Amino acid sequence: MKPLDPRLLRRARSTRSFLALTVGLGLATAVVVIVQATALAEVIAGAFVGGAGLDDLTGALGLLAVAVLARAGLAWGSEVASQRASARVKSELRQGLLGRVASDGPVALAGRSRGELAITATRGIDALDAYFSRYLPQLALAALVPLLAVAWIWPRDPVSVGILALTLPTIPLFMVLIGLAARGRTRRQWQALTRLGRHFLDVLQGLPTLKAHGRAERQRAEIARVTDDLRQRTLRTLRVAFLSSGWLELMAMIGVAMLAVGIGLRLLEGTIDFETGLAILILAPEIYLPVRMLGQQFHASTEGLEVASELLDVLEAPAAAPGGSAAPPDAAAVTVRLDGVAYAYPGRQEGALGGADLTIHPGEHLALVGPTGAGKSTLLSLLLGFAAPSAGRLTLLEPGSGGVELGAVDLDAWRAQLAWVPQRPHLVAGSLADNVRLADPDADDAAVARALADAGADFVDDLPAGAATLLGERGAGLSAGQRRRVALARAFLRDARLVLLDEPTADLDVDSEEAVRAALARLAVGRTLVVVTHRLALAERADRVAVLRDGRVVEQGPPGRLAVAGGPYAELRAGSGVGGAR
Amino acid sequence: MSDRQVLGRLLRLARPERGRLALSMLLGFATVGASIGLMATSGFLISYAALRPPILELLAAVVGVRAFGVSRGVLRYLERLASHDAAFRLLADLRVAVYERLEALAPAGLERRRRGDLLSRLVDDVDELQTVFIRGIAPPVVAAGVLALSTGLLAAFLPTAALVLAAALLGAGLGVSLLALRLGRATQARLAAARGLLATEVLGLLEGAGELLAYGRVDDALAEVEAADAELVALERAGAWRAGLVAALGTLVSGGAVGLVAVVGVPAVAAGDLAGYHLALVVLTAMAAFEATSPLPAAAQELSGALAAARRVFELTDAPDPVAEPATPRPAPAGGELRFEAARLRYAPDEPPALDGVDLTLLRGRRVALVGPSGAGKTSLAHVALRFRDLDGGRALLDGVDLEAYAAADVRRVVGLVEQDAHLFDTTIGANVRLGRPDASDDEVAEVLGRARLEAWVASLPDGLDTPVGEEGVRVSAGQRQRIALARALLVGAPLLILDEPTANVDRTTARALRREMLDAARGRGVLLITHDLPEPDEVDEVVVLEAGRVVERGRPEALLAAGGRYRAMADLAAVGAPRGAEPRAGG
Repeated sequence: MKPLDPRLLRRARSTRSFLALTVGLGLATAVVVIVQATALAEVIAGAFVGGAGLDDLTGALGLLAVAVLARAGLAWGSEVASQRASARVKSELRQGLLGRVASDGPVALAGRSRGELAITATRGIDALDAYFSRYLPQLALAALVPLLAVAWIWPRDPVSVGILALTLPTIPLFMVLIGLAARGRTRRQWQALTRLGRHFLDVLQGLPTLKAHGRAERQRAEIARVTDDLRQRTLRTLRVAFLSSGWLELMAMIGVAMLAVGIGLRLLEGTIDFETGLAILILAPEIYLPVRMLGQQFHASTEGLEVASELLDVLEAPAAAPGGSAAPPDAAAVTVRLDGVAYAYPGRQEGALGGADLTIHPGEHLALVGPTGAGKSTLLSLLLGFAAPSAGRLTLLEPGSGGVELGAVDLDAWRAQLAWVPQRPHLVAGSLADNVRLADPDADDAAVARALADAGADFVDDLPAGAATLLGERGAGLSAGQRRRVALARAFLRDARLVLLDEPTADLDVDSEEAVRAALARLAVGRTLVVVTHRLALAERADRVAVLRDGRVVEQGPPGRLAVAGGPYAELRAGSGVGGAR
Repeated sequence: MSDRQVLGRLLRLARPERGRLALSMLLGFATVGASIGLMATSGFLISYAALRPPILELLAAVVGVRAFGVSRGVLRYLERLASHDAAFRLLADLRVAVYERLEALAPAGLERRRRGDLLSRLVDDVDELQTVFIRGIAPPVVAAGVLALSTGLLAAFLPTAALVLAAALLGAGLGVSLLALRLGRATQARLAAARGLLATEVLGLLEGAGELLAYGRVDDALAEVEAADAELVALERAGAWRAGLVAALGTLVSGGAVGLVAVVGVPAVAAGDLAGYHLALVVLTAMAAFEATSPLPAAAQELSGALAAARRVFELTDAPDPVAEPATPRPAPAGGELRFEAARLRYAPDEPPALDGVDLTLLRGRRVALVGPSGAGKTSLAHVALRFRDLDGGRALLDGVDLEAYAAADVRRVVGLVEQDAHLFDTTIGANVRLGRPDASDDEVAEVLGRARLEAWVASLPDGLDTPVGEEGVRVSAGQRQRIALARALLVGAPLLILDEPTANVDRTTARALRREMLDAARGRGVLLITHDLPEPDEVDEVVVLEAGRVVERGRPEALLAAGGRYRAMADLAAVGAPRGAEPRAGG
């Protein structure tokens, strides 16, 4: 287990200055600890051996007071510095993540649950607090306090240094040994404990099923049995795992005991003076304390770093599609050509493109059809510049010029000419009108109302405050069909010449589907429309259909012609209810 | 529920393990006692040795020092084992208790909370109560015991020093902990709110990244998140000052107290009230005593989080039962007829009714399709039929008798359910199929697998029925999942079967084939098919169209198609819609 992830230093710059500060604070603390111990020893020795009163000891008592105050101040400083550093590092990681998403778009997140990532970036990342505020400072103390204390004791009483040298190094050594011996078992056991949480969740989620099958009562005994069984096994493992902390305590205390007995015997011989001996005895627990505390903070270190590394993985992933600086062609006149375009998502097969050839002509209404996972939505993502093809060329051709690859174009300027209606439109917090205005923040109310009307969003009239109605958190309160129409209104408001639509009529109820279809017909006028759809009824109305299968375009042409061509499209049609007797 | 009430309930929950908790307290006390003993005897040893007495007079002290030094490590080890044992046992009891409550509530009582994240938070919350059991109960008691021990010891030598130490221990243990708890609570609410806001903003940006980027609005959204982030960072920085204050106070009180004990000790030695060779013992005892109070402030801070978790758990488990079992249930029904008469159901007074006067009859051997948009009340009706919930008005009759007069378990033996999103448990395929009848013979299992068209797929798996499903096992497609759910319902053999959107999560190309196969497999039983896709006319005997809790159309499918109403409109749209699978594939 590394104590520090080097990526953290790279990606969260606050870590560096904090590390320097922590070492400084640790050094200062070590000095103050020694001063405090010697001052206290001087006071006690003065009274006991020298018969001094308080008046004679003002110097030592003053020094003791200063040391106590300084120690409190250092504790304050360390806590403040570490928690602030933690807050900054967490913010830096979050900003890095969001910046990454903002420049790369959704494809960079493919395969990651957004909800989980959001929780990791906000609540989960708090595990770093313990890492910064407890583990790292403790690490500094555990290294520096014994070092400085030994340096102080060495010239005064080398025998005590010998005892320290016998006990202190065995602590990390033994911890490593026990750690190695118990590691596999401990990890498996903690995993089993985590699994138990999952088992419990599994049972809770399946409760309706259990009840329906009359098994709920028996499951009660099962939960008790599984939990109890695991408790016994966990305790067996803990018996070994706790040995390391037990050993730590044992060594620390035996070390103190040996120091005390040794000092006592040397005092009898007269080879050491009382004040020095007492100072060493007072110092002894302080030497072992940070090492003991470090053992307790071990979990904090691993947990915090694991959470951070989840975010660092996203940050360190290669950029999806950086784009270029060339001015993009006018989307109204552009011909988009795909030559052998390929793209695969890391770690999954579905939706990959494997050498797709397709030309999108200006002003046409093109339908992309094909089975789930054929790569239809991926094609839209590439057109939007969310990802760059891993092979092949995606070229924008303008009449009278040679054309330019999408990867060389200023993607923001290109996207400014597009409109996109994804399969599950996202609604931002705010009013319904705000959501439409996403496409054009400066649009006036009349324009928004017009866009909503064009999109067939007549349901707006029934809302309590019309388009000014606030949508609940994450747009709750609107049905799938209503959300789809709000997203369509964005496309109308944007008045883009090239419109990309992803399954605009999937999962809609009867009324919504009819409204969306009518809106599409209006949208098609004077624009290039690329519609991904399962519903062949939508494809039937397109100028041209392209059939995708396994990441390739296997057939294309006007739907009327393909319907009788006996190819893949005709197959799809025969499988659906189009034209069939019902 | 106030913090005190929550804590009280938790302590009552801990009562069954009071023996083990007491043991862990005793061991914890002995652990700290050993360090106090070690420091006190060590201080005495070297002070007395400085007087150069004969070595024999020191032997007792030497033995004491060694004994304390050795015992502490052992005691600490035993204490950790005892406290974890008690905590794990309590957690096990708590899991079972929570399960029992949720079992009574599910699924109707959890309607609003059924979402996975809430359940997973519940599981986390239960786990978090470990903190209370390990760090919240024993350490304060141990600290109180150590307070008595150390001040008692000091009082024997120097009463004024004992007073100083008692005051300082109370200050460090109680005062600083209460301060930490207070400061923690004050910031925690605001921190939680800021974190919640930020999480929402971050999630909004992650989920809407595509659209924000497509519409060139990413910078605006980033600015909003940054504002929320800055707010959180500011709160955390303010919290850092408070945490620093708690840390500094703890150090100040313990360091100051040791100094003060020395200050009262020095004149006492000069005045002859305290033997000089006892001064180090007194001071070192005071030093060692603070080990008992040092973990308390941090534990107090964690406690407020754990109490919030406990409160969420209690709030969920305190919800009233959705159905009441009859005092003397009627004998188990045969399951020939299920009838709803003017059934009414409303989840909350301020919401529209989920069922608003529904009449429906299901006879054994007949198939009824219940169609309508989502939210029309279809699943509510299924829940009533399984006694997950009782009607608010009208009647639900099984074999002519009110459902509520039967034991819920008897009802569920004759009314089976295949859910929309059938849950597969994290175990083997065989165990999932045998869920309702663990004692079913292999032949019976083979028969239902055949009827659910799973035998080829199961035979293709390396371990057949013993193949685990889920994370460590085979991936199960949505279609296979529904088939397993069907097989398990068939195995129970309920004469009446409710299929709740059995094909909703299946690719449209296989949905129709799957539905037909499921209906074939259930031949001979009474089937209520809940769906928003339309069945083929020959698949069902009657269609009931439900909208907003009311029946808007009913009749034979051909008649409804001819009538040109809602059903016809749905059929027309569906007809030009989904592609149909060319050939049925087992296991979709």
